[in-house]
Amino acid sequence: MQTQTGIRRWLTSTNHKDIGTLYLCFSFAMFIVGGVMALAIRAELFQPGLQLVRPEFFNELTTMHGLIMVFAAIMPAMVGFANWQIPLMIGAGDMAFPRLNNFSFWLLPVAAILLVTSFFVPGGAAATGWTLYPPLSTQMGPGMDLAIFAIHILGVSSVIGAINIVATILNLRAPGMTLMKMPLFVWTWLLTGYLLIAVMPVLAGAVTMVLTDRHFGTHFFNAAGGGDPVMFQHIFWFFGHPEVYILILPAFGIISEVIPTFARKPLFGYRSMVFASCAIALVSFCVWAHHMFAVGLPVGAQLFFMYATLLVAVPTGVKVFNWVATMWEGSLTFEAPMLFAVGFIFVFTVGGFTGVILALAPVDIQVQDTYYVVGHFHYTMVAGSLFALFAGTYYWLPKWTGHMYDEKLARWHFWLSMIFFNMTFFPMHFLGLAGMPRRIPDYPLQFAQFNMLSSIGAFGFGLLQLLFLYIVIRAIRGGAKVEPKVWDGAKGLEWTVPSPAPHHTFETPPVVS
Amino acid sequence: MRARNFSAAVAYALPGFALAAGESKYGLQTPQSIVAHQIYDLHTIALAICIVIGVVVFGAMFYSIVRHRRSVGHQAKQFHGSTPVEVTWTVIPVLIVVGMAFPATRTVIAMKDTSGPDMTIKVTGYQWLWRYDYLGDDVSFYSQLSTGWSQIENQASKGQNYLLEVDHPLVVPVGKKVRLLFTANDVIHSWWVPALGVKQDAIPGFVRDSWFKVDTPGEYRGQCAELCGKEHGFMPVVVQALPEPQYATWLAEQHAKNVAAATAASAAAEKIYTLAELESEGEKVYARNCAACHQANGLGVPGAFPPIAHGPIATGPIAAHVDIVLNGSKKNPAMAAWKNQLSDMDLAAVITYQRNAFGNSLGDLIQPAQIAADRH
Repeated sequence: MQTQTGIRRWLTSTNHKDIGTLYLCFSFAMFIVGGVMALAIRAELFQPGLQLVRPEFFNELTTMHGLIMVFAAIMPAMVGFANWQIPLMIGAGDMAFPRLNNFSFWLLPVAAILLVTSFFVPGGAAATGWTLYPPLSTQMGPGMDLAIFAIHILGVSSVIGAINIVATILNLRAPGMTLMKMPLFVWTWLLTGYLLIAVMPVLAGAVTMVLTDRHFGTHFFNAAGGGDPVMFQHIFWFFGHPEVYILILPAFGIISEVIPTFARKPLFGYRSMVFASCAIALVSFCVWAHHMFAVGLPVGAQLFFMYATLLVAVPTGVKVFNWVATMWEGSLTFEAPMLFAVGFIFVFTVGGFTGVILALAPVDIQVQDTYYVVGHFHYTMVAGSLFALFAGTYYWLPKWTGHMYDEKLARWHFWLSMIFFNMTFFPMHFLGLAGMPRRIPDYPLQFAQFNMLSSIGAFGFGLLQLLFLYIVIRAIRGGAKVEPKVWDGAKGLEWTVPSPAPHHTFETPPVVS
Repeated sequence: MRARNFSAAVAYALPGFALAAGESKYGLQTPQSIVAHQIYDLHTIALAICIVIGVVVFGAMFYSIVRHRRSVGHQAKQFHGSTPVEVTWTVIPVLIVVGMAFPATRTVIAMKDTSGPDMTIKVTGYQWLWRYDYLGDDVSFYSQLSTGWSQIENQASKGQNYLLEVDHPLVVPVGKKVRLLFTANDVIHSWWVPALGVKQDAIPGFVRDSWFKVDTPGEYRGQCAELCGKEHGFMPVVVQALPEPQYATWLAEQHAKNVAAATAASAAAEKIYTLAELESEGEKVYARNCAACHQANGLGVPGAFPPIAHGPIATGPIAAHVDIVLNGSKKNPAMAAWKNQLSDMDLAAVITYQRNAFGNSLGDLIQPAQIAADRH
């Protein structure tokens, strides 16, 4: 097959590695866009009073920051990893549906353009928070419609991508690679794929109902017409809770690859890790209303969702114990991927602890919609998903580029990330407990010090990511050449192909014993 | 560094939770009701359990990081899997969460028990203020932010209760079970007073309830906790808890005010005001109610909030102007209906003001009596 060059190569590529690269570049670009919005938010919150933005624009920023980070940064980054790694890890020549793969990627820039341009329509972007609750979302201007269309397109892209990944995993594994021999990253993506297929259409349905309520006279969420605004929240969170596991399960997979490599020991409990992942995926469908304890659910519902949510702690705990047991009595080294993986275990677990505290419905009611929750989910999404993405990037970057990245700079990236991350988000727990609501552009004076600290941390954390970009670009352009097996403790098929991985790999499937 | 982060966090957090008296910057506010007390204790227990688990798990991890590293010559032991260990670390967390669920269940049930109230108050959320109706007591009022925009815009120094002060607080007696009914007029709001342990969404078209019984007299402050639009950050809640006798006095004053207001309203309805009188009154009403969207200079926000200065409605026929102020805009839901929130006098004054300020000089005016007629 003739390999095309230049722009045509990227536009028309059906190669899993090229498309993986596209996904990763796109997600990093959107990470910067969403990050700039976060910094605008933190700049406004640096001091009490309104200094930089108007309240309505502030709400647009929080909304778009959330939508972009979830749908256009973290999710595509995980799909980028899946594209690059799953065929390499299961010994497949490519993804099952290469053309669909191209299509699912090129839908993303379209959606991103819709989201970003919605700032420039009359009335500005959607200003409802990423949760888009009606009736507030029915009040919005045309920016809301653009957000809805963007979500539809992103949803189509995700579902196509997920079908492709599931089909690849189930059909294209090398001979001998049974399900229970698959690397954990592949396992967690298999589960994530099913979650995506199950819940993205639910979100599409919810936003479509908002759209028809807005323009076509329906009353799904309008009490005056017999509808119920709370029904939107049930539907949204039936999507939304599995969604947070969509963001974290592939991250668990990456960490489960990295830790054994640098501990030079097999994963302590492979089977229990697989079962724990399955349990997390299943339970994620039964806990959605813990996002809604303050809407006034009946006692029975509150108790059911509280118990189910507490149960999530068990399989998540099993995972953390497994990682620690894998490190135990190992021969540990701390290259950048391992630093980010250990950092992940530490800070993600803090997010897990606040998750258990939040599971208790009465405590949740007290701190629901406060900065405590903002702190909690940034510990799981930034310290969880994002740190795992950094770990995975440093882990596989030499395989992708054939060059070793600058280890010294990468360690700086880790340590400064750790400091600035905690400086940004740890004080948010105190703010929430003391009573600061989220999504407010201005706040009472007693919250001033922690907000200032948090804003300083955020600027440090944001600027630091330019260092990450620099490290990656330098590794793409050159650096020490690496062996096929980059890390001495690494196991798996991806380390049997040359570095950089050639355009086509495993044209003859390997045999797994 | 990580170890220090964590211990610093614990060191910060613990005094906050230990100090029951005095407001802490690090923990929940001092509880002032039975439910808030239970929530406070529940949080303390859960946090303590998490810290203990954290010390054990991270202790093992950091021990391993220090002792089991290749640089100190440690060889990897190739063990994996152990059913007893795995069963143990599954069963223990189950027991812990079951243990946590017991007290939490008790509090959930207590929070939901709104039976046998001493009094009932209906709370209605509006964009962006609250209305309180004392059911059976003939007392009703709106409660909105009293912090001036000059403080928010950094033109004046910020007061002690910046963004946490209202013109009319919710006044309740101490030691009485107060049942609250929640609903909303436009979008979902959430009524929250941390010290009382009450946070309940106010949902348009639906009624939810909750309750509190305040332990000690004082002022307890909170904010709207559900994003409800532009001024979500500017609709605080203030509960003033009074000892029973003072509450009775306050209630009597309210009844007297009701009578006085009715008399004044009928007087106002008959009085003919001059343009200057209406304008000076209207300027105040505008600053309180209109300036947030249409801006203090009347220029509005292009694309979002239309201008009053040379605006088509404020310089158009007066009937259409009165209609949109009384009934809201049919095209733009951000323009609320004001007829239930403002008096005839306020409405007449503000409409007159808008037609004769910001460079508008129509010279016409409308009398409160005309507003009263237009209401029907």
